[in-house]
Amino acid sequence: MTIAPAPPAPVQPPMSLLAELTHRCPLQCPYCSNPLALDGREGELGTDDWRRVLEQAAELGVLQVHFSGGEPMARRDLPELVRHAASLGLYSNLITSGVLLTEATLAQLAEAGLDHVQLSFQDVDTAPAETMGGMPGAQAKKLAAARLIVAEGMPLTTNFVIHRGNVGRIGRMLDLAVELGARRAEIAHTQYYGWGLVNRAALMPSRAQLEDATRAVEDARTRLAGTLAIDYVTPDYYADQPKPCMGGWGRRFVNISPTGHVLPCHAAETITGVPIPDIRTDSLAAIWADAPLFRLFRGTDWMPEPCRGCDLREQDWGGCRCQALALLGDAAATDPVCTRSPDHARISKILADLPETPPPLVYRRYGNAPG
Amino acid sequence: MTGAPTPSPVGEETIVRFLRGTRLHHDRVRDQWVIQAPERAFIADPIAAEILRLVDGTRPVSAIIDTLAERFAAPRPVIAQDVLEMIASLTERQVLTA
Repeated sequence: MTIAPAPPAPVQPPMSLLAELTHRCPLQCPYCSNPLALDGREGELGTDDWRRVLEQAAELGVLQVHFSGGEPMARRDLPELVRHAASLGLYSNLITSGVLLTEATLAQLAEAGLDHVQLSFQDVDTAPAETMGGMPGAQAKKLAAARLIVAEGMPLTTNFVIHRGNVGRIGRMLDLAVELGARRAEIAHTQYYGWGLVNRAALMPSRAQLEDATRAVEDARTRLAGTLAIDYVTPDYYADQPKPCMGGWGRRFVNISPTGHVLPCHAAETITGVPIPDIRTDSLAAIWADAPLFRLFRGTDWMPEPCRGCDLREQDWGGCRCQALALLGDAAATDPVCTRSPDHARISKILADLPETPPPLVYRRYGNAPG
Repeated sequence: MTGAPTPSPVGEETIVRFLRGTRLHHDRVRDQWVIQAPERAFIADPIAAEILRLVDGTRPVSAIIDTLAERFAAPRPVIAQDVLEMIASLTERQVLTA
C-alpha cells in the first residue's frame, strides 16, 4: 500500500479584473499608479483581444471588471467592451478622470450596460486641482461629468487622492461628493510606487497631517451617515502593520496591462527574474493557475521570517511585494512598513528626512520618468 | 445599548426594488448567489438569495412572504419576521430601495 501525496490545494479563481485599456491620458498626475515605463498606443491590445479577455475572465470566475487606464475613455471601443462584459454577466465599473465624458458618450455606455462609474478628482479647489493634474480646464469638465452621471441615474463614486498639499481639504471634498449626488467617496492617500515613489518627498503628508485627515474622515462618516459611504485608504508608511496588498498575491485580483501583460497587481512589472505572462500567448486560466509570476508569492510558503511564523500571515499576506522590492531591492522580503520587519528603520528614516519645502513635482508623461 | 430600535420603514405593503448598480447574480463557478454592488460583491446567504430572487420591483413584501411561507410550508409570522428583517437590512446597506 502506498500513500499518495496530498494533492495541492486548488487555486481559487479571481474575483476582479482590472482592465487597463490604455496608458494614454490627458492628465499628468504625479501620483499616477501606472508604471514609469508607459505603454504607447501602438502596442495596445485590440478590441478582439479584449473581448476574448472578458470571455476568459467570466469563464474563470471573475465577477467584476474595472475598466481603467490611463484614461479608458480614450479607447473608442469602450462601449463595445462594456456591452460584451454585460452580455457575459460581468459587473462593469468605469474608472475615469471624466474629462472626455460627454452626454452622448455617457448615454452610449449606459445603454451598453455600464453598472457604475468611479470619477477621480485631484482636489476640491480648481487651482490646486489643475496644478496637480497638469490639465487646465479639467476641474470644470469633471464637475460637469459628475452632474451628467448623476442625472443619468448611474451610481457614482468620487475618488480623491490625498497628499500633503490637499490633505487639509478632506471635509470639503466629501461635502462636494454629497453636493454632486455621489453615493460613495474614496479618500485614498497616495500609494508610493512608480510615479508616486518618484514624487514621495513632494507628496507624503506628515504624521500630524495624517491624523487630521483620519479625524476629518471619521467626522464626515458620522455627519454623512446614510448619505455617503466613505472608503478610506491610508499611507502605509505610518502604519504598524502592512496592508494586505491586493488581498494576497494571486488570490482575488488580476490586472491586465494595455499591451496584454497579466499581472497580480498593477506594479508587478517591476519584478524581474520571472517571465511576465502575456494574454496574447496564453489563456487567463492557465496564467492564473500556473504562471511563475502568479505562483511566486501566492499563499504563505514563500515567506521569510518574521512573516512565516507570524499570526497575521494570512491577514496581511506579508504586505506588498512591490514595496519590498522598491525599498529593499528584494521582492521576497517582509514589507518594511511592518514594525516587525528587520528593515523597518528605513521607513522611519524616510519619514524623518521628509523636507520642509516640497521639491518640484515630476509629472507623469511619456518620456518623463527619471533614470 | 442604543435604546428602542428604530421602526423599520419597510412594511408588508412596501414594494422594494434593487438600487441601480446593484443586483443579484448567480456565480456559477463557485455555485453561490452574490450581491453585485459598486466596487464590491458579497455572498448572499441562502435565505437572502430566496428573498432577493423574488424582488422584481412590482411585488409587495407581503407577496414575497406568502410565496416563501408556501414554498417552505412554514408559519407565515416566522417567515414574515425573517423577510422584513432581511429587507430592512439590505435597504440600509443600499442594496434595495423602497
